Amino acid sequence: MSLLEVRDVYKSFGSIEALRGVTFSVEAGSATALVGDNGAGKSTLMKTITGVHRPDRGSILFDGARIDELDPRGIRERGIEMIYQDLALAKMRDVAANIFLGREITRNVLGLKLIDHKRMESEAEKMIEKLGARVKSVKQIAGQLSGGQQQSVAIARALTFNPKLVIMDEPTAALAVREIEHVLDLIRTLKSHGIAVILISHRLTDVFAVCDRIVVLRQGAVIADDPTDKTSMNAVVSHIVGAA
Amino acid sequence: MTAAPRAARGGANWRVRLTSGVAFRFESLLVLAILVVAMAALSPYFLSISNFLNILLATATIGVLAIGATFVISSAGIDLSVGSVLGFSGVVGCLMMSNLDLPWPLGVVACIGAGAAAGLVNGFLITRGQIPPFIVTLGMLGVARGAGLVLTNGLPIYGLPAPIVYLGQGRPLGVPTPVIILVLTAAIAHLVLMHTRFGLYTQVIGDSETAARAMGVRVERQKVYLYTLSGALAGLAGLLFAARVNAGDPTAGLNYELTAVTAAIIGGTNLFGGRGSVVGTIIGALIMGVLQNGLNLLAVPSFYQQMAIGAVLVLAVWLDRVNRSEGRRR
Ligand SMILES: Nc1ncnc2c1ncn2[C@@H]1O[C@H](COP(=O)(O)OP(=O)(O)O)[C@@H](O)[C@H]1O
Ligand SMILES: [Mg+2]
Repeated sequence: MSLLEVRDVYKSFGSIEALRGVTFSVEAGSATALVGDNGAGKSTLMKTITGVHRPDRGSILFDGARIDELDPRGIRERGIEMIYQDLALAKMRDVAANIFLGREITRNVLGLKLIDHKRMESEAEKMIEKLGARVKSVKQIAGQLSGGQQQSVAIARALTFNPKLVIMDEPTAALAVREIEHVLDLIRTLKSHGIAVILISHRLTDVFAVCDRIVVLRQGAVIADDPTDKTSMNAVVSHIVGAA
Repeated sequence: MTAAPRAARGGANWRVRLTSGVAFRFESLLVLAILVVAMAALSPYFLSISNFLNILLATATIGVLAIGATFVISSAGIDLSVGSVLGFSGVVGCLMMSNLDLPWPLGVVACIGAGAAAGLVNGFLITRGQIPPFIVTLGMLGVARGAGLVLTNGLPIYGLPAPIVYLGQGRPLGVPTPVIILVLTAAIAHLVLMHTRFGLYTQVIGDSETAARAMGVRVERQKVYLYTLSGALAGLAGLLFAARVNAGDPTAGLNYELTAVTAAIIGGTNLFGGRGSVVGTIIGALIMGVLQNGLNLLAVPSFYQQMAIGAVLVLAVWLDRVNRSEGRRR
C-alpha cells in the first residue's frame, strides 16, 4: 500500500479540462518529481490532493483512507502539507502568524480561547532557526520580506507540524543558486526522516538530483511515470514537450 | 536570533509603540485633537461636559455600527445595509414591546435577532449565492428599509417600557447608558479581533482569501458569521436608537452606513481588507461625532453636514493612498 494513491482523477474549470484521469502513487519516504509544461495541470493536481479543489471524479487515498471528501483543514490534519506556488502567505501578518496560520496556539482565559502570540513567536523563532532561514525577526510582516525569505516562511510552515507528505510547487523559482542548494538538501533531509516529498520543478537537474521517481504530466494526463534511474533527461524533456 | 527581535523592538519609536497591539492609525488621533481644538475655538458652547456627553451619546449608535463595519471591511467585504437594518430592527423590537406588549427582554432579543437574521441572509447570499457583498447588502439596504416602513405604515411606534427608555436615556454615574454599552461592545470586539482565531481569520480572509482557504480556514462559514455579526450589531444600534428617542422609527439610521464605513476607514481599517482596528474605529466614530456636533453648534444646515461626511470619507481614503505611496506606512 502506497502512502498516497491518486486514482483516475478528473477536474474541470468550466470548459477547461485541467485533469483528465490522473493516476499515480507516492511511497512513504520517497521523493517524487512532477514535471510538465506550463498549464499541464500540475498545480491543479496538487491542489486537488490538498483539498483546495474537489475532484469531479476519481478518488484519492492517503494512509489507506479516502481523503478526497475532506477540506484543506482535514487534509492538513492527516499530515499533508503544501508549499504553494504563490506561497499562500497572509502578506499583512507577521512571520509567526503565517507559520501558525490555521493552527494557532491558544490559551484558555475564562473559557475564551485567546491566541498565545508570545508562544507562537518563540516556537516560530525556533523553527526559523532550525531551518537556518535568514529572517531577522518573526515579527516582521511577510509582505515586506524578500522573495527568498517569504519562501523560507512557507517552508517553515509546512515543516512545523510533522507532516508525512510535503508537496512543493516550484519552491526554487524565486531563489538564488545557493538557496536552491539549501532546498535540495532539505528534501534529502526530509527523505531521510521518512517524510515523502512531491516536487514540482522546471529545473530537471534538481529533479534528477533528489527525486526517486519522475511523473510527467501533459494536458492533464500522466504520460510517463518512471524511476529516475530508468529514465534520462532527454526522455523526460521529450515527454514534456510531447515529442515522444 | 534572540537579539534581532529585541533590536527591532528597541528601534521602534514612541508612535509605533503607542499604536502597536491596537493597530490604529496614529494620524486619526491627531485629526481628532485638531478637530476638538478647532471646534472649541469656533464655538463657545463646544467645551462643556454636557456637550461632550452629547457627542458621546451621538457616537454610541454610530460606533456600534462602525464596529461591525470594522470586521466586515477587514475581511475585504462591505455591509451597506446596516443603516436600514438598524431602522428595521428598532421597528421589530418596538412592535414586540408596544403593540404585542411582550416583556422588554424579549424586545431586546427581537431587536438584535432581527438584525442578525438580516445579516444571516446577507451572508448566505454572498457565500452560497456567490453574489458580491456590495450588491447583496445594497439590496438589503432597500429591502430592510422597505420592510420597516411596511410594518409601521411609515409611522413611528411610540411608547417603550421603562427599562428600555433607561437603556437609551439613563445616566448611571452620570454616563449615558448607550455610551457604557458602546465601551463594553468595543472592548469585547477588540479582544475578538486582535486575540482570537475569529478575529485573525477575519483579517486573513481580507489579506488573501486563497491563502486562508489553503491553510484550512473555513472561509465561507466565517463570512456568514461576519455578516451575521454586522447585522446583530446593527440590531443593537437599532435598540439604542429606539431607546434614546423612545420610539421605533422606520426611518431611523438613514445614511448611517456612510458614517459607519467612514469611521472605520478613518480609524485605519484597510479599505481593501487585511487589517482592522476597533480602537481606531472608535476614534473614527468620535471624529464623526465631533464633526457633526461642531457643525450643529455652528448652525450649519444638516444638508451640508451630509456633504461633509461624504467628503471626509473620500478625503480619508485619498490621504491613505498618498501616505502609502510615500512609503511611510507598510
Ligand atoms: N482556478 C482555476 N480556474 C480556472 N482555470 C484554472 C484554474 N486553475 C487552473 N486553471 C487552468 O487549468 C489548467 C492547468 O493549470 P495549472 O494546474 O496551474 O498548470 P501548471 O501548474 O501545470 O502550470 C490551465 O489551463 C489553467 O488555466
Ligand atoms: Mg503551476
